[in-house]
Formats: sequence, C-alpha cells, structure tokens
Amino acid sequence: MKDTFVLGGKEFGSRLIIGTGKYRSFDEMKAAHKASGAQMVTVAVNRVPLDRKTESFLDHLDQAMQILPNTAGCFDAEHAIRTSRLAREALGTEWIKLEVIGDPITLLPDNEQTLEAAKILVKEGFIVLPYFTDDLIMAKKLLDAGCPAVMPLAAPIGSGMGVQNPSNLRIMREQLPDATIIVDAGVGVPSDAAIAMELGADAILMNTAIAEAGDAAQMATAMKLAVQAGRLGYLSGRMPKRLYASASSPIQGAIK
Amino acid sequence: MVEIILNGEKKQIDSEVTLDRLLDLFSLPRQRVAVEVNKEVVPRRNWENVRVGDADQIEVIHFVGGG
Repeated sequence: MKDTFVLGGKEFGSRLIIGTGKYRSFDEMKAAHKASGAQMVTVAVNRVPLDRKTESFLDHLDQAMQILPNTAGCFDAEHAIRTSRLAREALGTEWIKLEVIGDPITLLPDNEQTLEAAKILVKEGFIVLPYFTDDLIMAKKLLDAGCPAVMPLAAPIGSGMGVQNPSNLRIMREQLPDATIIVDAGVGVPSDAAIAMELGADAILMNTAIAEAGDAAQMATAMKLAVQAGRLGYLSGRMPKRLYASASSPIQGAIK
Repeated sequence: MVEIILNGEKKQIDSEVTLDRLLDLFSLPRQRVAVEVNKEVVPRRNWENVRVGDADQIEVIHFVGGG
C-alpha cells in the first residue's frame, strides 16, 4: 500500500523527520540519517564564529534531503522572523520550522509569539511549520493563519518523556481530520513514536532520541520501524478498549 | 577608525567598507551564509554595494546541527 505524506506540495515516502544536533560525530550523524530513511532534516541558524575557520555543516547532509531550517533560540516573534528571512536568503528555501521559545528551562513554546510570527511569515511566502503546545485551539489558529501543518509537542524538547497528553493529540486528530499534524519533540523511545502515530499523527520530528542513543544508527532504524508500525496501526483502526475481558476462544464446547 | 558590531562583537575597522570587503577582512565564508545589517537581510547581489560603518550591527549566519 502506498502511503505517502505530502507537505508543502512535496511528497515524502518517510513520515520521520530528524534533527542534526547533538551527534557525537558527523559519521555517526550520517549513519543515523541513512538508517532512519528520513527525507527531511532540521538545521539551526547560527552566527558564523569570528575566531576560527568553519567547514560547511551542510556538506555533511545527504543532498537529496529536504532541509528544514529552524528558529531555535528565538524568544520572540521578531527574532524568529529575522532568523527565517536569513535562512531563506542563505538556502533559497521557503521552508521554516517556526520555534519561539517562552522560557529557557522548559523550552516550552510561546504560542502567542509563534502565532504572530506565523501570520507574518505566511504572508511573506514561507512554508511555516510551527512548534507549539499540544492545544486544539492553538492548532486551529495556526492553520487559519496559513500554516500547512502544525507541530504539537509530545513533551519538552530533549526530555525523552514520550507523549504526555495522548488525549490532546487524539482530540486534535479527531477535530482536525484534514490537518497535517507532526508531533515534534519529546519522543524518547520507539514506543513513544509508535504511540504518537497510533493516535493519528501524520509524521514525527525527533532529534535527541536518536542522537543521544548509545547506538544512534540502530535507534534510527528502530524509530523508522516504530513510525511505520504506528502508522499502520492507526490506519488499521484499533479495537475498542473494554473494562472487562472478551474471550478469544469459544467458552462453549470447552471440555468439562 | 570606525566601530561596527559584527555577530555581537565590537570590531574596529579603518573605514566604511562594503559587505563584500567586510567578509574578506574577517575571512568569513561566502557559501550558504546570509548577512543582515541593522536587522534587515541584505541579499547576496547587494553585498558589493551596501556599505557598513560606525555603529552598524551586522549579523553573518550559517547553519549548524539542530533539532
């Protein structure tokens, strides 16, 4: 069965989007990227250091990958907009992962500033993929602003806590059946990714769960399979939950 | 001498220069970077024309690993 994922007018075979941060080496990152089967990777925008030569980080990425620059490190709409414009100028891409952080300890998003930035960036022609709190009303506002997808968190960035509010994701899926929902941040282990996909997420974005794994490439394979498993599970339609047992084998006819 | 602020650091240069010259002065990369002067992006095609001088704030960005 062909089950492609279309975003920003582009078709992706993989529903796993991965990051490029925190890897112990470029070789490890490349191996993990390959194993994950991901076709889109995030990168961060940062000042060029003045005190040393730097090699181009982008040279270490598979050229076939869609690059998704982020606005990490921005604490208000103005900085996120400036960062987006710089990323577009440098890469010639309209794609942007909009991330406006509200506080340095939790890295939880500032939804108000995110929405404000999203409205402006959409008008400027950006393909805006906003990271935000897993809230249905906020999702609606971001979609109304013209974002082609919304990216609710499962748990705080880099926490590996897994899906903290499965009901919120389920409600978002049920109330926004046509929206593209990408769970971004908080996945720690493959079962977390599977749960998010089973709840109806269209894709998952993760970084730390792979980069900080003991064997990053092997974890990338595991995440790929978990995303596929969760997706198939969602499409298959789960059985109803029951408080009491329902026998699988016939009770009648068992020997007495 | 004029003082500019380049990537958040105060730097002295002899006189006003074009962005193109500034990148050379500080041996900064040119591929897949972007430049902003006083919070406005300067497209690559204008690097040879736009001059920076006293108190101008310049940001030169590239890409690094991130999530």
